[in-house]
Amino acid sequence: MSFINYSSREINCKIVYYGPGLCGKTTNLQYIYNKTNPEAKGKMISLATETERTLFFDFLPLSLGEIRGFKTRFHLYTVPGQVFYDASRKLILKGVDGVVFCADSQVERIEANIESLDNLRTNLADQGYNLDKIAYVVQYNKRDLPNVSPLPELKKLLNPTNVPEYEAVATTGIGVFDTLKAVAKLVLTELKRGG
Amino acid sequence: MSGNQMVMFEEEQQQIQAACELLQRASNALAVLVIDKNGQEIVRSGQTEHLDITSLSSLFAGNVAATGGIAKLLAEKEFSGQFHEGEKTSVHISLVAQRAILVVLFDQRSSLGLVRLRVRKAAEALTVVFETLVRKMNSGGKSQVFGEITDDDIDNLFND
Ligand SMILES: Nc1nc2c(ncn2[C@@H]2O[C@H](COP(=O)(O)OP(=O)(O)OP(=O)(O)O)[C@@H](O)[C@H]2O)c(=O)[nH]1
Ligand SMILES: [Mg+2]
Repeated sequence: MSFINYSSREINCKIVYYGPGLCGKTTNLQYIYNKTNPEAKGKMISLATETERTLFFDFLPLSLGEIRGFKTRFHLYTVPGQVFYDASRKLILKGVDGVVFCADSQVERIEANIESLDNLRTNLADQGYNLDKIAYVVQYNKRDLPNVSPLPELKKLLNPTNVPEYEAVATTGIGVFDTLKAVAKLVLTELKRGG
Repeated sequence: MSGNQMVMFEEEQQQIQAACELLQRASNALAVLVIDKNGQEIVRSGQTEHLDITSLSSLFAGNVAATGGIAKLLAEKEFSGQFHEGEKTSVHISLVAQRAILVVLFDQRSSLGLVRLRVRKAAEALTVVFETLVRKMNSGGKSQVFGEITDDDIDNLFND
């Protein structure tokens, strides 16, 4: 849910990174955090287990600059990808303005990706959102690994509606900012259209 | 998308600010925050210079969301408030008008009893303000900025 404050002249939006366990959601945020100027970012908060799996969420506040005198701020969140944290995922999706589905390109994670994407659709619907209507992009992560599925196959299974999609290697940052910019742009365009 | 937006106007912002300052003085608190349910700061008052308000806002919102989720699973409508007692600083958290989170930080110069009492009063005042705000939002007073934004404005944000 975007928050437009006419008093402080700020536009705040929420973007959620979704995807199966270990696909690289937290790594995306860490890369963005490391490469962003100090004045444009706040602290990154990770509520994680002792083994660095996301337990509740990661949070990274970013300022992107001004539009017509309004500061634009994006709050980036990741969900915990492990299947049994579903109750938490539902909570993080509340008030979302844009979603990045981060897929793990490895052949053996195909089913996990499909399951997570179904779960995203269901959990969004529970909150009254439609995946086909909100700002949404797909990222195929871990393209550096040897055992990845070919792109056309991933596309067919994970992006049948042909939303913007990016190949990525979150550990080295390939595709990370392209993905973020694409979703942020869709969010603002959607606000302009619907707001 | 429309019903899914929070808008704040100058007038209501000032009323919320005033209510928080009153609450902070009346309860002898260190600081008072009002946060939108999704974790964005609305106002702060009191000693807040040393606080990371952005981080706190997102964590308070996460906390309230988790507690609300627990209430649902226990078939409770909601838990009316939360209290965390620290060695120096204690925290009282409550939900106002179903959409804002009211946080009071206090120390031994105040007490939970006093805070609870004053929060109840402040919550009544804040509820009125938020109800007005919702009415204003629904009557369409919100498209001022977005009507003017062009695709180029959006593109320019990303050209650096
Ligand atoms: N080779 C390779 N490894 C990656 C890439 N992205 C992330 N990883 C690694 O994958 C592991 C899991 O990454 P995380 O970012 O913690 O995964 P996550 O999606 O946040 O996982 P959950 O929190 O359990 O949902 C880490 O060891 C990362 O270093 C990538 O593009 N290539
Ligand atoms: Mg994670």
